[in-house]
Amino acid sequence: MTMTAEQPTPATAPEAPSTTGVLDRVLKVRELAIAVVLVVMLTATQLDNSAFLSQQGIKDLLLNATILVLVAVGQAVVVITRNVDLSVGSVLGISAFAAGDLLHGGGNPVLAVVVAVAVGAAFGVVNGLLVSLGQVPALVVTLGTLYIIRGLDSIWIGSRQITAADLPSGFTSFGHDGIGVVPYLALLTAVVLVAAAYYLRSYRSGRDMYALGSSPEAARLAGVPVRKRILAAYVTCGALAGLAGALYLARFGNVDSGTGNGYELTVVSAVVVGGVAFTGGSGSLYGAALGALLLTSINSVLPSIGVSSVWVQAIDGVLLLLAIAVDRVVALRVAGLLRKRAAQTRSAHHG
Amino acid sequence: MADSSRETAPAKTGAGTPKAGTGTAKVQAGTPQAGAGTSVPDGRARAWARDALRWDTVVGALLVVLLLCSFSFVDNFGNALNLSFLIGNTLPIAMIALPMTMLVVSGEIDLSVGSTAGLAGAVMGKLWNQGMSIETIIPLCILLGVVCGLVNGLLVTRLGLPSLAVTIGTLAAYRGIAQIVLGSNSVTDFPQQYLNFASDRLGGTFVPQAALPWVVLLVVAAVVLHATPVGRSLFAVGASQEAARFAGIRVKRMKLSMFVATGTVSALTGVFWALHYASARYDNATGLELSVIAGVLLGGIDFDGGKGTLGGAVAGVFLLGALQNVMSLVNVSAQSQTVVTGVLLVISVLAPRVARQAGRARARRKASAAPPPGALPATG
Repeated sequence: MTMTAEQPTPATAPEAPSTTGVLDRVLKVRELAIAVVLVVMLTATQLDNSAFLSQQGIKDLLLNATILVLVAVGQAVVVITRNVDLSVGSVLGISAFAAGDLLHGGGNPVLAVVVAVAVGAAFGVVNGLLVSLGQVPALVVTLGTLYIIRGLDSIWIGSRQITAADLPSGFTSFGHDGIGVVPYLALLTAVVLVAAAYYLRSYRSGRDMYALGSSPEAARLAGVPVRKRILAAYVTCGALAGLAGALYLARFGNVDSGTGNGYELTVVSAVVVGGVAFTGGSGSLYGAALGALLLTSINSVLPSIGVSSVWVQAIDGVLLLLAIAVDRVVALRVAGLLRKRAAQTRSAHHG
Repeated sequence: MADSSRETAPAKTGAGTPKAGTGTAKVQAGTPQAGAGTSVPDGRARAWARDALRWDTVVGALLVVLLLCSFSFVDNFGNALNLSFLIGNTLPIAMIALPMTMLVVSGEIDLSVGSTAGLAGAVMGKLWNQGMSIETIIPLCILLGVVCGLVNGLLVTRLGLPSLAVTIGTLAAYRGIAQIVLGSNSVTDFPQQYLNFASDRLGGTFVPQAALPWVVLLVVAAVVLHATPVGRSLFAVGASQEAARFAGIRVKRMKLSMFVATGTVSALTGVFWALHYASARYDNATGLELSVIAGVLLGGIDFDGGKGTLGGAVAGVFLLGALQNVMSLVNVSAQSQTVVTGVLLVISVLAPRVARQAGRARARRKASAAPPPGALPATG
């Protein structure tokens, strides 16, 4: 939405009063709005409960966010191409267990992370091939693979589970420790986020994803290799879900056959709250990451200001609805404003 | 979502005769007796077009085959108790599948149905605990379903938001409200005659009593979708919203009423669920939306809208239900059942498209093997 609204601006902007121009720009920077909400929320909580932003508090906020941020970034890449991947929760679960199983058998931690990423990427290939070659709706296919991967996961794991005692101590401390208040996991996530966002912004194949999401038909006619890009998006999403699985293992040290169950809805919420529209072609990975950070922070904020945990889910849902509704209303307003301005310039030329 | 395939389809059928076949197939997909492509002289193309669009009969046939095999080879399948379990457990899914089919045909989707059912059950339990009479509670719960559907529908039609995003939001919101209402309590002491109604069988047969209201709903839904202007309009809206609007169909009102119908039936299902399992909890019917959508899509309702039949959806729902029942009887683990459900779902969307593409390729080969003089388009 924001992308398409931008195009008419250059033609009409020169005559426009500068204040509305600034306002437009602020409204268009969706990421800024989320960041402001986040900062206001954290500040208010800190004023209410001064123990909230202690060193450990900040660390917990960042740690809680890392896993969701990673999966949301992968999901955002897919959503930008006007597709969706509902199987991320199942992929996260199975790759976490794959890494855990390897470590349990005395494997190398680095190798375990690589295995988790590879498992995730492999399922990404499956999803990507089904969606791009089969040309079937992504929602249905990934709903199917959600079931399939969860089922395979349960068959493989059975009633076994990996606990922190099975893992090398270096691996679990990697999941908890950090440099100052910044956990290693958050650093790793930040690196992945910046790299992925840079790729999507500055590489031709990255821009292709936006083109594909804006108009698949136009992108195809313009020579974008549609299938290859969709496959790449799914592989990215799968690989990041796999990496998130490995980090989940490091952070919680506990994986069983139910790990990651139902996670897809949280991830999709984070992406949508972050301003990546389901209609494809708009939004940014930073937005998705901020959306994830906002969602996980709310879940920490509510208990610390004394809201009972039964309210959390309802508030999450209402927040998602608010985010998409406000987004839409703003987009409509901006579009209306631009139309009016265009009409004014037109009548000025005629008069 | 992935509607690119639909857009590209006409462009690729440039070669030879199937063109007319695909054109009519698209428009007539809804009517059961659609003599697809009567204007097409080529018998093979006609047969192919018919095969490609009769996915729902394939599912129906699969269901019949499965039932026949199960009756003959699976121990304990045919006894009345098992059959009543099968139907009783499938009923909630089959109920919601009716309005969901219409909603998906019109090009929208509702993921909040399980949460709406859970919320209705939770409110029912709460009000019952507070001493209200059940005869007042049930209409109130159904009214609540109307409100839930209205919220979804207004957000989608008035604000123009994608239904997928809206109903993921209300999925969380309604379930969250249910949790606020009832906490972690469960209410089980509903009046006996209501509990009996929801679990008893009709006379000495295997059919649960609650199947009767469902049959009534089914007939109403089938008539509305396949034999009234309203139903035709739903197909038109799903096929092309813009064209439907220009044809004078009130698209928004249409969609809104479908959301309300889905919410209402979901709440009714929630009430039934609480009575059938004699327990009202906030997490009743969690994940029901996935079962409903799996069944509906398996029955050949195209997620892009504008295609499908109610019979197909019902066959899809009962195929999944029967398959799960049979797999439990022959000791297939719950985990493997999940895999089978997923595979079926993928096949159900993949198979018709693969068949269509294969048919198209065959027609193209034929056209290029024997080119009619001067009639071969360059695009083939």
